[in-house]
Amino acid sequence: MKNLNELTIKEAKAGLKAKEFTSVELTKACLEQIIKHNQRLNAFITIVEKEALEQAAKADLLISSGQDLPLLGIPLALKDLFSTKGIKTTAASNVLRNYIPTYDATVVKKLKAAGAIIIGKTNLDAWAHGSSGENSDFGPTKNPWNIDYVPGGSSSGSAVSVASNMCLAATGTDTGGSIRLPACFNNVVGLKPTYGRVSRYGIVAMASSLDSIGHFTKTVEDSALLFNITAGSDEMDSTTLPAIPEDFTQDLEKSIKGIKIGIPKEFVTKDIDREVKSAFEKSVKVLKDMGAEIIEVSLPYTEYGTAAYYIIQPSEVSSNLARYDGIRYGKGRGSFGDEARRRIMLGTFTLSSGYYDAYYKKAMQVRTLIKKDFDDAFKKIDALISPVCPTIPWKLGEKINDPLKMYLSDVLTVTANIAGIPGLSVPAGFSNNKLPIGIQIMGKQLSEKLLFQIGSAFEKQTNYYKEKPNL
Amino acid sequence: MKIDINHVAKLANLQLNPQEKEKFEKQLSETLAYVGKLSEIDTKGVETTSQVTGLENVIRVDEIKPSITQEEALSNTSSEHNGMFKVKAILE
Repeated sequence: MKNLNELTIKEAKAGLKAKEFTSVELTKACLEQIIKHNQRLNAFITIVEKEALEQAAKADLLISSGQDLPLLGIPLALKDLFSTKGIKTTAASNVLRNYIPTYDATVVKKLKAAGAIIIGKTNLDAWAHGSSGENSDFGPTKNPWNIDYVPGGSSSGSAVSVASNMCLAATGTDTGGSIRLPACFNNVVGLKPTYGRVSRYGIVAMASSLDSIGHFTKTVEDSALLFNITAGSDEMDSTTLPAIPEDFTQDLEKSIKGIKIGIPKEFVTKDIDREVKSAFEKSVKVLKDMGAEIIEVSLPYTEYGTAAYYIIQPSEVSSNLARYDGIRYGKGRGSFGDEARRRIMLGTFTLSSGYYDAYYKKAMQVRTLIKKDFDDAFKKIDALISPVCPTIPWKLGEKINDPLKMYLSDVLTVTANIAGIPGLSVPAGFSNNKLPIGIQIMGKQLSEKLLFQIGSAFEKQTNYYKEKPNL
Repeated sequence: MKIDINHVAKLANLQLNPQEKEKFEKQLSETLAYVGKLSEIDTKGVETTSQVTGLENVIRVDEIKPSITQEEALSNTSSEHNGMFKVKAILE
């Protein structure tokens, strides 16, 4: 029998409904796990024990009166970029160390309305700038599979909190891989939705044309369940797409026979670690054996993705972080950490007079070419698969003094953000030293239901997701 | 490509000490050298993409809705005077 905090959303819902346990018991089990392991893993910046237990007690009353909401009584964690009314929201930066929002982000509102219990705010690379979780002003998060290794970033604490059963699911943001990479490094499922499919309102902005709002779950099914709640248009975010009523769990049991899955040859090069490559090849075989049609495709502009990304993203960062003046809220500009300052200055430079055409405009033209690569590929195939990261998790400190080397960890994830397409990261095995490896499934815009279908079939066949770190 | 760190820091309103200037100048120049590889691509006549949704002119009815109170708006500032934000003088 599993401990309550080890349950998936689906399992916990069933247990609550059948009155096998209460939301208070479930929430307590999660809080106890946090108290036991957070000091070592540093996954949470803020824990809201009292409020969570109060909400759980309310949920129990509703359950006993026969109420049913999709997440009623389910404890979730939020990346500390999501504004929460009355709960500190720091972006893991000293600038916002004491900032308490006066309103909830749209996604937070939706999760609460669906009955979810917010148990805390998770650690991240400050302002979501990073691939390792080490850029936090609140100290690095550790990988629960081996605390000498990085958990991946920037949504480091959210991935770790789900992997180590401190909550049932957690939210994240993905601007260049910040959900998919830590999901991959922690053996959990991470969804980066289509750009504009989930509201960005109330979430500390990193790069506004790239930011996608998603989540971490223990299974693909839970990912689809959560997406049913978070997806949709929002009048507070004019970049949200018109809502299409859809049940994302609908095709989870459907066979993947005949689905055309492309392998982008530019993603599987000699620069990929041997162990990552071998896990990927095994995954391809699994999908093939299940009846998927595997087709090699070419996305020729892939090799320019990271260069375009490291112009577009810092340019937008410099603009978004210009609002932090220390007057209306937060501390002054002297409180920015090194990585934020690097990106602010890089973006300020690429947008500055005399350099705009050579850098920013050029990158926006290359963005057109990268997007066209995907558009062309999706005429021949239904979905794409690739490794998530060229390497397995690296040791803490290994890349911290070499920003460019750190940036290149995103080489396989950034192009999905540049094109605005969805990606689902699912567990795909382990290295010899028992560190997780993942694959990502990508599809054209608005194809999340198909990604869940493929991910679910793969997960049921491989069962890697059932393996948990030894804490 | 060498970056003029003094100029950029001034534009970005960031104060750097001499050691930081040296460190950031080196790191930013390395990153710029890397992203400069885009110049290999011929982009003559290629349109720019600044957004990927294709949405244009998203509008809504202009009506007043409940908002945060003045007290809430001021709740996170350390620089308040008579219910207003207090800022430094910008004119001599």
